[in-house]
Amino acid sequence: MIRSTLLATAAALAIAATPALANNVFVSNERGNTVTVLDSTTWEVIAEFPAGNRPRGITIAPDGSELYVCASDDDLVRVFDPNTFEELHTLPSGPDPELFVLHPSGNPLYIANEDDNMVTVVDVKTRQVLAEIPVGIEPEGMAISPDARTVINTSETTNMAHFIDAESYEIVHNVLVDQRPRYAEFTTDGTKLYVSAEIGGTVSVIDMTADDPPITKKITFEVPGIQPEWLQPVGVKVTADGSRVFVALGPSNRVAVIDGETDEVIKYLLVGQRVWQLAFTPDEKFLITTNGNSNDVSIIDVEREEVIKSVQVGQQPWGVVVAPD
Amino acid sequence: MAAENRFWSNLSGLRLRARAALLGAAFASLATLPAVAQEVRAAVIRVDYPSLLPLSRLDLPTEDRAFAGATLGTEDNATTGRFMGQTYETVTIATAPEQALAEFERLAAEGYRLFVILAREAELLAMADAAPGDALLFNSRSGAGSLRSEECRANLLHVAPSDAMRADAVTQFLVWKKWTNLFLVHGSNPEDVALADAYRASASKFGARIVGEREFTDTGGSRVSDSGHVLVQRQLPVFMQNTPRHDVVLAADATDYFAEYLPYNTWEAAPVAGSAGLVPATWAPTHESWGATQLNTRFEKLANRPMRDEDYQTWLALRVIGEAVTRTGSADPAELRAYALGDEFTLAAFKGEPVTFRKWNGQMRQPILLTNGRMTVSVSPQDGFLHQRTLLDSLGLDQPESACTAFE
Repeated sequence: MIRSTLLATAAALAIAATPALANNVFVSNERGNTVTVLDSTTWEVIAEFPAGNRPRGITIAPDGSELYVCASDDDLVRVFDPNTFEELHTLPSGPDPELFVLHPSGNPLYIANEDDNMVTVVDVKTRQVLAEIPVGIEPEGMAISPDARTVINTSETTNMAHFIDAESYEIVHNVLVDQRPRYAEFTTDGTKLYVSAEIGGTVSVIDMTADDPPITKKITFEVPGIQPEWLQPVGVKVTADGSRVFVALGPSNRVAVIDGETDEVIKYLLVGQRVWQLAFTPDEKFLITTNGNSNDVSIIDVEREEVIKSVQVGQQPWGVVVAPD
Repeated sequence: MAAENRFWSNLSGLRLRARAALLGAAFASLATLPAVAQEVRAAVIRVDYPSLLPLSRLDLPTEDRAFAGATLGTEDNATTGRFMGQTYETVTIATAPEQALAEFERLAAEGYRLFVILAREAELLAMADAAPGDALLFNSRSGAGSLRSEECRANLLHVAPSDAMRADAVTQFLVWKKWTNLFLVHGSNPEDVALADAYRASASKFGARIVGEREFTDTGGSRVSDSGHVLVQRQLPVFMQNTPRHDVVLAADATDYFAEYLPYNTWEAAPVAGSAGLVPATWAPTHESWGATQLNTRFEKLANRPMRDEDYQTWLALRVIGEAVTRTGSADPAELRAYALGDEFTLAAFKGEPVTFRKWNGQMRQPILLTNGRMTVSVSPQDGFLHQRTLLDSLGLDQPESACTAFE
């Protein structure tokens, strides 16, 4: 296994040396029990491999060496070689892992256990559980501040963003947001935190520079001809410069483009059906959206703010991550 | 820290208590949240009426019916409460109809002011009318139309959908399917007749046509318990002969004595909807969308059985209380009522959109599931049924139709 990892790293380095950079895009298919792999230059499907039962959250090591998949119904995290798509090993995750976030260094992994009101912290090297942190009901969204000091968990039925000290694993702060918070995302400079509330229909903007960070604004959504209750924010991604925020709006089949300065919606992009999660390519030229009901992903040209393509993937795509350069 | 749950019952076995009491002490900063320490006490009263066995053994009543929903709702509230400095205690009481009012008054005398009631209209109204001025009641069972209209009470909010909401949910689906010729078969008990009225009103509301009607009389002897099922099965095909041409058989059998036998025992090859076949429900163990899998899983872990309507409706009533307490920082029933009926109130209920209350009669708006027992077939309101306020108001009694004045 060590050897295959080394080979994989060597292969990745070889690819990195070539000028036309292609990155593998990994999409977890919740119903299909697979991960679909796309090429980020041709947008062709290059592989689909089994990923355990009910794969949802998906992420990749910062050095691209390991791909992590929450196999929710297997109650564990499956670890794959991102180049050979072989399963390397599994990690303990606690019951029903849904979504997780890696420490910026690549270790540990902070996992939301949806059925168990817990966040589990796992060392990806020793494969040991470091801590279990009791949080609200149905934890889902996970984020870590750029300085790696604060881990955020959102609990869908408790309607809170829990601020967890990354050292002590204690909850140090709670912010009540709107109904069913699904996702949390920091700006790269760590000054702002966005928390989406699916049923509340809002994205709360939390000021991280203040003591006991408060909500400073709630972003709301409005699309002519769409019932307001179908504008359900889930996935959130912010460009590295903080100028644009993209929010997936679930069954309205739209992605909102938001000005990162004013936190006002600029426009809505029509994508596939029931859009939930988002991922940038490393150069931020493209944003990929998972559309659970149309079994495809939409590709957004970030600069032009236009949808350029949709690609059929597996059954009920849930999460997406792009391999680093 | 885990929820502490203690159950005990007295000698009569009629009384169960569930406590989920949690302290907020171990959780440090609550600076952005109201700094309060409150105990929120609620009582769930389930009135058990004498009844025969259900037709399907899948519907056999369990001792913990509704109460398991109460336990889950209390735990859910308590988990949030531990971050907010609030504790929740829920007492659950099962009682015969004759003692219902006395039990209610005893609990009121003990200081309870928040009640979730599972009773028929008569007992429910008796309790609402005997309630102390500062009490708030939630109806988690009765679908009676009068409770949302001329018999509404200002201190009574309805988490259970009205019969009209359920009927409209079915009719909308049938109209959407363009199956608009309906043959109505109803039972002979007053509840069955009332349900048939709801279906008639619904058909005329959405432009479906009831092409014919028949009453299947409850002779009291055709139950599974006396092997009468053979009889009903044989009676029904003959009973269903010589009907006008229809697309669907609508069954109105609120008392559960014949409708379950109707599918496949009709004379014509028509699907059945209503009390059997395609059934309107607030909850189904097969429901998966919008996080419903999680609620089903949590409930099944707790109760070792599937979640049913009365569990869901009890859970939901307690969640309304919990949400209002969380947002207002108050446990005062008047404040909770004002918040629940106000514009700010929304609650996620695993139905894909927030549930809210109608300000004019205290009825909760909610999507209705249409289930065949194995799958969730659809969820109403259906596409294309518009309403100027919210699509959910296409289900049930709308403001101009309601004779309720207690909320003005």
